[in-house]
Amino acid sequence: MVTLTAPENIATDVPAADGPATTTVDLDASTVRELNQGIHDAVDGQAWTVTNPGGKHSMAVGITADIKVTIEGHAGYYAAGMHQKGDVTITGNAGVGLAENIMSGRVHVKGDASQSAAATGHGGLVVIDGNAGARCGISMKGVDIVVGGNIGHMSAFMAQAGRLVVCGDAGDALGDSIYEARIYVKGTVASLGADCVEKPLQAEHLAELTELLAAAGRTDNPADFKRYGSARNLYHFHVDNSTSY
Amino acid sequence: MTITSVPQQAPTQNIAELGLRESATFDRATIADIQRAAATGVYDIRGWGAKRKVPHFDDLLFLGASMSRYPLEGYREKCDTDVVLGDRHASRPLHLQTPVTIAGMSFGALSANAKEALGRGASEVGTSTTTGDGGMTPEERGQSKHLVYQYLPSRYGMNPDDLRKADAIEIVLGQGAKPGGGGMLLGQKITERVAGMRTLPVGIDQRSASRHPDWTGPDDLEIKIGELREITDWKTPIYVKIGASRPYYDTALAVKSGADVVVVDGMQGGTAATQQVFIENVGIPTLAAIPQAVQALQELGVHRKVQLIVSGGIRTGADVAKAMALGADAVAIGTAALIALGDNDPRYAAEYSALGSAAGFYDDFQDGRDPAGITTQDPELASRLDPVAAGRRLANYLRVLTMEAQTIARACGKSHLHNLEPEDLVALTIEASAMARVPLAGTSWIPGAG
Repeated sequence: MVTLTAPENIATDVPAADGPATTTVDLDASTVRELNQGIHDAVDGQAWTVTNPGGKHSMAVGITADIKVTIEGHAGYYAAGMHQKGDVTITGNAGVGLAENIMSGRVHVKGDASQSAAATGHGGLVVIDGNAGARCGISMKGVDIVVGGNIGHMSAFMAQAGRLVVCGDAGDALGDSIYEARIYVKGTVASLGADCVEKPLQAEHLAELTELLAAAGRTDNPADFKRYGSARNLYHFHVDNSTSY
Repeated sequence: MTITSVPQQAPTQNIAELGLRESATFDRATIADIQRAAATGVYDIRGWGAKRKVPHFDDLLFLGASMSRYPLEGYREKCDTDVVLGDRHASRPLHLQTPVTIAGMSFGALSANAKEALGRGASEVGTSTTTGDGGMTPEERGQSKHLVYQYLPSRYGMNPDDLRKADAIEIVLGQGAKPGGGGMLLGQKITERVAGMRTLPVGIDQRSASRHPDWTGPDDLEIKIGELREITDWKTPIYVKIGASRPYYDTALAVKSGADVVVVDGMQGGTAATQQVFIENVGIPTLAAIPQAVQALQELGVHRKVQLIVSGGIRTGADVAKAMALGADAVAIGTAALIALGDNDPRYAAEYSALGSAAGFYDDFQDGRDPAGITTQDPELASRLDPVAAGRRLANYLRVLTMEAQTIARACGKSHLHNLEPEDLVALTIEASAMARVPLAGTSWIPGAG
């Protein structure tokens, strides 16, 4: 059973008058298994707070209810993995594979995120206030990602769909073998990967960028960004492209 | 690959009369490969598995009962065939009635009717079928009593709802036809439905990643398996599938990472589309892979606790029995299952010929023009395959495989297929003896042992 540390004696399935009831799980006293089973059994409207996370792996994974989870501290690998509904906030840093394969909902990291953030995400919004490591948005399939700082090399590798917004700089081989995802970078790009090119920033892009920045709670000027996407030269095997990789 | 290379100017019956000598190094298929490469500038891509001759189950024989071993009555005494897969950590392991399972093959590579037929046939005999790249279709989930959900590097169509619907999860690191290689699905087969499931533009040549996007190596894999267990509340068995290259180490590392089941796919294992040079030159034969995997399991004290599924060139009940005698808990079939559905059927001889191939040779699964309606997304071709009838053929074949294996097991005095053991086997060749680690027939010699 989940150890309820505070506030006790609150019915977790009935929102309080001034907001949702909050269940607090202290991972010094409870296990990740107990945490995840609890949130898998949760119902819409609940709020959960995780204390003493200690960088544990696989916290708050597989959420299917419209709940709010706050992890007070650092998370290890795969925090909020395969997220489907509701909001997860991590007040510290997040390890490898943050919100991997997110389908919907929102995941917000107030610190930095390690490599493969939002990897293969199909939908939803992932906000990283700090920096993200290598392979941010690798193989993304519809997720929106907003990074306040820089991102590492090979980010948006084979990115299929969705939007990646970088308010800082991007590392080497950005968007290598990209399909139809859109990338917006405010700072510098160390290098572009195969078949990734700069594209014009038109009105529709400014509009969606404005919307994404606002959703992430940022005040950056959309006009300061550049847009990158696929040249679509490598969509079919052709001998003349063999040196492009 | 087509066989249009047979030279018309030198009919086979005249070769000897003309005194022509074919080069063993540059045989006609090799010459055709060079000519094709020179003409197109692109490597040959085809389906099927390795076609070269390698040491295989054919090179092993069972000893059968004798004075020191008592046989079971062939038609009267019980010889069980069931197998439990995934009871190491999962609370809902699979309990199959036959150890012959259906290997992962994608919707995309195969038509929806073919996937449905695989599910029907497998379910009829109480075994499992497996998804592939691109996700789970309602057709196969609906018709598969036991469905294994592949978790692949591409994560095309990866959906946590489907993950929770699965009866087991198979984390795919590699495939026997192409260890170290990613998948591909050429544009002819990327229809609107396939593209939609994979979030790709219609008609492009899809290339799948060869590495998982969010983990690298066994330490990461252990954490990844932990995540999958958490998401499925520790109910669902987790397999780890490896392409046979270094099966001793890979099996040990899969066990260390927490796998419930290890799947080892030898180089004869099929593919829907891969470079021919990859298929024929990377990986090791199934026969060589099994003893290495079993050794790893035994040394870790988990043989029969972490189950071993072997695939790659399983065709007969004898192959099933031999794989199990070498230590496998179950086997998986792919190419043979497609043949049972109707692949390479001689009744389509004229159409195979029109494609530059022939019944028995057709391997252009990447091309999407399969006359049998199996490896295609063309609606007209796909409609040729009746999923009910094809499923029935597969069920028949699975029953034959099982009965054949039972026949051999009873002859060896075994009341369960799992009681078959290496001591029941001998090898016909030195190579097979060394790989399978059973004595050369008529001797007590195992090359390399001791």
